[in-house]
Amino acid sequence: MSLIEKIFKFNGGINAETKKNISTLLPVEKIKIPKKLILPLRQHIGNMPKIKVNVGDYVLKGQLIAEADGNVSAAIHAPTSGKIKSIEKLLIPHPSGLPDYCIVILPDMKDKWIEKNSIDWKKIGIDKTIKLLLNSGIVGLGGAAFPSHLKLGSNRNNKIETLIVNAAECEPYITCDDMLMREKSEELIKGIQLVQELLGAKETIIGIEDNKPEALDKINLFLKEQSSIKAKVVPTIYPSGDAKRLIYLINGIKIPKQKRAVEFGIQMFNVATIIAIYRFIEYGEPSLSRILTITGNLHKPKNYEVLFGTSLKDLIKKSGGQINKNDTYIMGGPMMGFKLPSIDISVTKTMNCVISAEEDMIKEKKEPLPCIRCSKCAEACPVELQPQDLFWFSKSDQFEKAQSYNLFDCIECGCCSYVCPSNIPLVQFYRYAKSEIIAKNIEKEEADIARERNDFRVLRLEREKKERAERNAKRKLESSSGDKSKLIAEKRAEIADAMNRINKNENIK
Amino acid sequence: MLTSILIILFLAVIIGLVLGFSSVQFKVEGDPIIEKIDSILPQTQCGQCTYPGCKPYATAIANGEADINQCPPGGESGVRALAELMGVEYKPLNESHGITKPKSVAFIDEDTCIGCTLCIQACPVDAILGAAKQMHTIIEKECTGCELCLPPCPVDCITMPEVEEDTENWKWKYPVYNISNVTTNKSKATH
Repeated sequence: MSLIEKIFKFNGGINAETKKNISTLLPVEKIKIPKKLILPLRQHIGNMPKIKVNVGDYVLKGQLIAEADGNVSAAIHAPTSGKIKSIEKLLIPHPSGLPDYCIVILPDMKDKWIEKNSIDWKKIGIDKTIKLLLNSGIVGLGGAAFPSHLKLGSNRNNKIETLIVNAAECEPYITCDDMLMREKSEELIKGIQLVQELLGAKETIIGIEDNKPEALDKINLFLKEQSSIKAKVVPTIYPSGDAKRLIYLINGIKIPKQKRAVEFGIQMFNVATIIAIYRFIEYGEPSLSRILTITGNLHKPKNYEVLFGTSLKDLIKKSGGQINKNDTYIMGGPMMGFKLPSIDISVTKTMNCVISAEEDMIKEKKEPLPCIRCSKCAEACPVELQPQDLFWFSKSDQFEKAQSYNLFDCIECGCCSYVCPSNIPLVQFYRYAKSEIIAKNIEKEEADIARERNDFRVLRLEREKKERAERNAKRKLESSSGDKSKLIAEKRAEIADAMNRINKNENIK
Repeated sequence: MLTSILIILFLAVIIGLVLGFSSVQFKVEGDPIIEKIDSILPQTQCGQCTYPGCKPYATAIANGEADINQCPPGGESGVRALAELMGVEYKPLNESHGITKPKSVAFIDEDTCIGCTLCIQACPVDAILGAAKQMHTIIEKECTGCELCLPPCPVDCITMPEVEEDTENWKWKYPVYNISNVTTNKSKATH
């Protein structure tokens, strides 16, 4: 049996009802340009980009409006032509429900492009191409939003042998990648060829769950002559779409703790990200839109192709509104997503799916019971952690203990919470513990800087004191030892000398 | 008799050499306990503990001159960490040194500032930028919120706004939920 057929099964995982078919009945609908676009500056992992436009400026479609700040950052472009209405703090899709800086554009409906230039990457070289990609605004569209140029540049230190295309889309409800593969399969294969060349990888494996036969058929249509690209069907077990889980399913390689896949010659991209990279290199189009699933408790669940900045509320209205009014919406999947504090927000790069919560998804309704240490969570954990211990340590603020039990290896997949017979919101505890530890580490770093600066100041004050004392001592010495009268006498002699010379000169005249 | 004395003497010389060598080679610079205490302290350098900074306070604790509960910015968790390190009983924060406040950063009202440089001289971490008769400003990132710049300012143009929660420093909150009371439900059912 060849490698392409063999499947390596990871520990645990769950077999939840996928409910994907409710949003795949209708084709992807392309949404027209809305009247207003709200673009949050924070749409990715890393530094907030620097604003490059002023209020009142006219911008063209694809024009850079915020530039990447440093290497771990991503740019933002105008999704269509129009006027910058304002730059202000507005609600963004974030679990906190806090406002953040956004650029508001009023489209002029002309949809006028900037000059688009395709990139001849073979001619300008890979280094320059990656530099251009830094300001392409492309980030991982699977939901993590990690800047893509960093991943493409990863082959400089590590030789990449295999490109794995993540088409697993393992979370229930989400179908945006499925629909993208069905409708843009040719572009996807071209994109895969390009990314494979960019990485210098020998082969590509598309990892796809067995619940997407239509998408697989479409891809296979274009794969016939491609010998280096293969599709590998993996079983529908959540979370097969997690990077390390998918690598194991496909290659049987277990990436150890604190190591990255690139160190094993593997790089992974989501299907939507691959198409975004292809469109940027081939047509010079930056990241302006995405496919997004609007599903769940709605009259017309569907996938939409929308410009970033489009109002989410309008999309939900377009999907016919909620069947049972409960106003609970989840962004991302039901397993890893978070409850949206409001739907008065806009579509961002990270928004792959919005679910109007169905009755059984509203977790607060199930009251948690005490932990009975049944260890069902440990059986379900795909990372092979001890969720019951992590829960105990996080609950009692024993963060060092939690870290020694590898809290940061937790991928927050939610399998433990799903199987817990006591309905304990385990992942919420891990998220709490993680963010507390991160905040503590930042505090520690700041304290170290303060200590250094204070040490330096104390040193400087001492030095200044010493220097002043030395200067004073010197001055005292000079005045006391009768040097002063000697100095005056010397000066007087010099003056007399000069006067003599003047008199002499006058006499000669 | 003589051999045993010689053996003991020989051993004494060897051990003496080894100890002498290691005391020079592996010399510990500074007092490690002071460093350890200092690493627990929040480095606000505010002087509320009555010592002129965190390091002097750490030295005083190490020498047994100061108590462990004199640091309001370190808060309760700081006192607990110090108690554990020093092997003494935890005691609540001594409120005569002040109370724990939420983190704040100094802010200079630039319209009012007259450029007197007094605050620059007071800042323990050199976090104020400016020159004589020039407007001063706070380097926000470096400011520890010690409030030492407030009293010297002759025009009271410095305020201490609290650091607001935003999407960058936001933290997941501790999950709060009601645990359903199984026993009362049961007892109701049986009675």
